Amino acid sequence: MSTALIGAPLNAAQLYLDGVCRSFDGFKAINGLSLAVAKGELRAVIGPNGAGKTTMMDIITGKTRPDEGKVIWNGDTDLTKIDEAGVARLGIGRKFQKPTVFETHSVEDNIRLALKAPRGVFPVLFDRRSAEENRRVTEYLDRIRLTHLRAETAANLSHGQKQWLEIGMLLAQEPQLLLVDEPAAGMTDAETMETAELLKSIAGERTVIVVEHDMDFVRALNCRVTVLHQGSVLAEGSLDHVSARDDVIEVYLGR
Amino acid sequence: MTRLIDLRLGLFLAALFAVTVLAPLATTLPSTSALNLPSYLIPLMGKYLCYALLAVALDLCWGYAGILSLGHGAFFALGGYAMGMHLMREIGARGVYANPELPDFMVFLGWTELPWFWYGFDMFWFAAVMALLVPGLLAFVFGWFAFRSRVSGVYLSIITQALTFALLLAFFRNDMGFGGNNGLTDFRDVLGFSLSAPSTRIALFVLTAVALAGCMLLARAITISKAGKVLVAVRDAESRTRFLGYRVESYSVFVFTVSAMMAGLAGALYVPQVGIINPGEFAPANSIEIVVWVALGGRGTLVGAAIGALVVVALKSWLTATFPDLWLFALGGLFILVTLALPNGLLGLLDRLKPRQAKPAAEVPA
Repeated sequence: MSTALIGAPLNAAQLYLDGVCRSFDGFKAINGLSLAVAKGELRAVIGPNGAGKTTMMDIITGKTRPDEGKVIWNGDTDLTKIDEAGVARLGIGRKFQKPTVFETHSVEDNIRLALKAPRGVFPVLFDRRSAEENRRVTEYLDRIRLTHLRAETAANLSHGQKQWLEIGMLLAQEPQLLLVDEPAAGMTDAETMETAELLKSIAGERTVIVVEHDMDFVRALNCRVTVLHQGSVLAEGSLDHVSARDDVIEVYLGR
Repeated sequence: MTRLIDLRLGLFLAALFAVTVLAPLATTLPSTSALNLPSYLIPLMGKYLCYALLAVALDLCWGYAGILSLGHGAFFALGGYAMGMHLMREIGARGVYANPELPDFMVFLGWTELPWFWYGFDMFWFAAVMALLVPGLLAFVFGWFAFRSRVSGVYLSIITQALTFALLLAFFRNDMGFGGNNGLTDFRDVLGFSLSAPSTRIALFVLTAVALAGCMLLARAITISKAGKVLVAVRDAESRTRFLGYRVESYSVFVFTVSAMMAGLAGALYVPQVGIINPGEFAPANSIEIVVWVALGGRGTLVGAAIGALVVVALKSWLTATFPDLWLFALGGLFILVTLALPNGLLGLLDRLKPRQAKPAAEVPA
């Protein structure tokens, strides 16, 4: 990997996408996307449907391989060569658009499976539950306010509670970077604002990238915003700055 | 912590223990007694227990990890062949052609020396190891390629079916060196004990019961461990599991291999009690029948799988004896009934009949 590629201002970037392209059957879902996110930053990514937001997350997390370009992690690791589990073990956690939890497991077991710990078959097979582990589970349950539902089967949670549980699982992984896809979908206004506060409290210690449609939510995040359009960056800056731009209004906000 | 032996498993093991102790005793009663059990029924019961073990093996990978193998009969048959090869070697010079080295079918085919892959099978321990190792290795290699390539769901089921079908065709060939169409039979004794002696039959039956209990405990220990929870997680939300950093393919290969080895063990115990192993055991329909057992008993319960096997096999024995033409219709009907009316099998039905436990109402915050 050439160090010249990652110039001086970019070596501070924890995540750096460089000229990433990916097409599906001729449709360019991601087209020369370059993006740098600093360690500890909170970043919102917005854009109309089909702008490539979810594909971007798929590429960062190793689910989809780009046709071209690189995704550099901490200045020295190319994530495009690593599978999902490998990317997760590097400290990148992901929350899906549709809340995805282990429905037949209890709330507690969902967190327990997510806790940062060895992931190989044999260490996991012989893993014994410890008091320390219980303490950590409780800590995360408290944080997402599901302690009272500890023994409940995850399938019985409401949509909003599942969103929170998934965020809790993400936190339990202790990732350096959290990729959060539409966390506010299906939440009440109050829950949405609480989620924004939670994400803001996580940023700083960890890097957070949020993909979101809900403008009130993005405003509440009060962070730098990247606008994607047709697979590349259209604008970047504060929400007020990008939302004042004519091209952004045309492709997205004006609708 | 979930207990290793819960009520269900405890009851099943207690019943198994009782049968294992009482059945051999009942054969010693005078034939005039109402409780007398004819000794020919002992190997039949042993055979049923082998099927129960096979069902538990399939339930471990299908019920918990969602890997619907339609080829588990192949692992069972391979275990059976490994044991059959030893029993053939043990016949020695007592065969029709009195060849101390070569089994009869080889002499018949005009072979002059033992094929290399028959080496070592004159030793019991070697055959016993192979009965586990060969199915395990096949499952490991097959699973490694399939799961790494992310083959899953119906595609995986189809290739497992193709696997057993390919083995069926291969084992039918005389050139393969496994007795072709006739398979391996005419066994005399095992470890020096005559296979037709009642005491040997009882010993094999008891051994099978012990193997079943042991494998059920092992399977239960795996499923209640954290790794077992990961397997269920893979079944329910595979990509979530991957994004948590678990290598799904490693877990799948692991459980598939353990399951295949259990199936191999069942096959190895089956052959000395039934007295024959032939390529028919590889028939795709056999593997599908195992799925019916597990589905009927209750997928993902282990105990249900064993019960399902016992119920269906007993039904089969009875129907094929009294109404031979009806059996396939009955089997098909059972599968439809289970799919439509008993999605969680017989054990699921029991759970539904049980009065619901009072659970504190979950408090839902606004």
